[in-house]
Amino acid sequence: MKLLELIKLIDGAVLTKGASLDRDVRGGCGADLMSDVLAYSQPDAVLFTGLCTMQVVRTAMMADVAAIVFVRDKQPTDDIIQLASREKIPLISSPHGMFEVCGRLHSAGLQSLEHAYDEG
Amino acid sequence: MDDEPLRKDRIITDGAANLISRVEELAYELTIDEVMTRDLKAIAPGTKMGEVMETFREARISGAPVVANGELIGVVSLEDLIRALRESNIEAPVGEYMTRMVLTVNARNPLIEALKVFEQKRVGRLPVVDDDNKLVGIITKGDITSGVMHALEYDYQEEEVRRYRARHLFEDIVSDRTSLTLRYKIQHGAFAQGGNASSHIKRALLRLGASPQIARRCGIAIYEAEMNLIIHATHGGMIRVEIEPHRILMEAIDDGPGIYDVDLAMKPGYSTAPDSIRELGFGAGMGLKNIQRCVDDMYVDSTPGRGTRLELRINMQPQESLGDATHKNLTDGGA
Repeated sequence: MKLLELIKLIDGAVLTKGASLDRDVRGGCGADLMSDVLAYSQPDAVLFTGLCTMQVVRTAMMADVAAIVFVRDKQPTDDIIQLASREKIPLISSPHGMFEVCGRLHSAGLQSLEHAYDEG
Repeated sequence: MDDEPLRKDRIITDGAANLISRVEELAYELTIDEVMTRDLKAIAPGTKMGEVMETFREARISGAPVVANGELIGVVSLEDLIRALRESNIEAPVGEYMTRMVLTVNARNPLIEALKVFEQKRVGRLPVVDDDNKLVGIITKGDITSGVMHALEYDYQEEEVRRYRARHLFEDIVSDRTSLTLRYKIQHGAFAQGGNASSHIKRALLRLGASPQIARRCGIAIYEAEMNLIIHATHGGMIRVEIEPHRILMEAIDDGPGIYDVDLAMKPGYSTAPDSIRELGFGAGMGLKNIQRCVDDMYVDSTPGRGTRLELRINMQPQESLGDATHKNLTDGGA
């Protein structure tokens, strides 16, 4: 699925300038806990989150996240947008909730890029 | 503008496609004042068309803004000049032939704004104004092309040069055992900076030639450790990374409260972090466990009331090692 297609499906608004939207995305990962993103996301996942802090972008940088979608119309501050723009990570805001966003994209064929939980 | 290929008989390679989207990105990233011409050949409305011809020839330009009392009132171009010549009227003042127009672009806008105007209106140049509507420059399609080409070249060279330099570090310096040490001071409670050191470390590893997988594992592990220092180390702490071609050693050291029960701290879900930390998406008791998952060896050395030293090691396979020479030595069994 193209990132542009994904954005349309969730009525998303692109918040960053410059980052390329004409790219393929392999799958997604949904979490509000950044440690979960670090632990269970696979590289190149689109991150769906309700958390809207600087740490989301930093986490995305460490975990090689392809793009960040803020659900429920969360709006990041300017310094968050600036950091993401500099790091070429597209920020997208969707008016829908987490369940709705993930549900729409999953039924449109977007795969999960979350590792299963393991105790080890 | 849809999915129409540039030319029907031409297949666009991946390389070319990347370049095209990078050009598109630059149209949003670069601002008009980064590529415009600042050296204005402003012309007064009373100037004769014949003199304009001389100015154009000398400055090798094909158009200029017309300014009266510091105000932009129009633009005179080669086309206007040709009209005057055809009518044998080169003694006429510029005011008679110039294009009276108010189409301008703001200097701080991205290039794409100028491109849109060029596409919609048939103009060859656009005067550029600042926020107070004062003329500060002029922009042509040629300025945009050369600005973008310059940025592309710069982009490519900058990162390439950095990678090239860094990647050869381990080959250029001869010793029995070479390592590179990076140190970062971490302040307690500096949440806005959380992850800053980790992103520098990850970038350094990529420049040194580490694989994306190795860089990601190190980045995640050290990011969790960095957040731990910010959250728990009451006097802040220090991150020290020692990079060798075949191994990365990372340490997070502090003289904070220490960990009373390391086994308990390792348990997923156990946390002493306050709610304010949880609001940042951390402090759910996953940190140490996450770190352990990313590294080959982890040692926690902690004394309550004295501090904590976390030591992390990642060992690289021969084919992953940093620096080409070492790689060769290892795989060929040495010289």
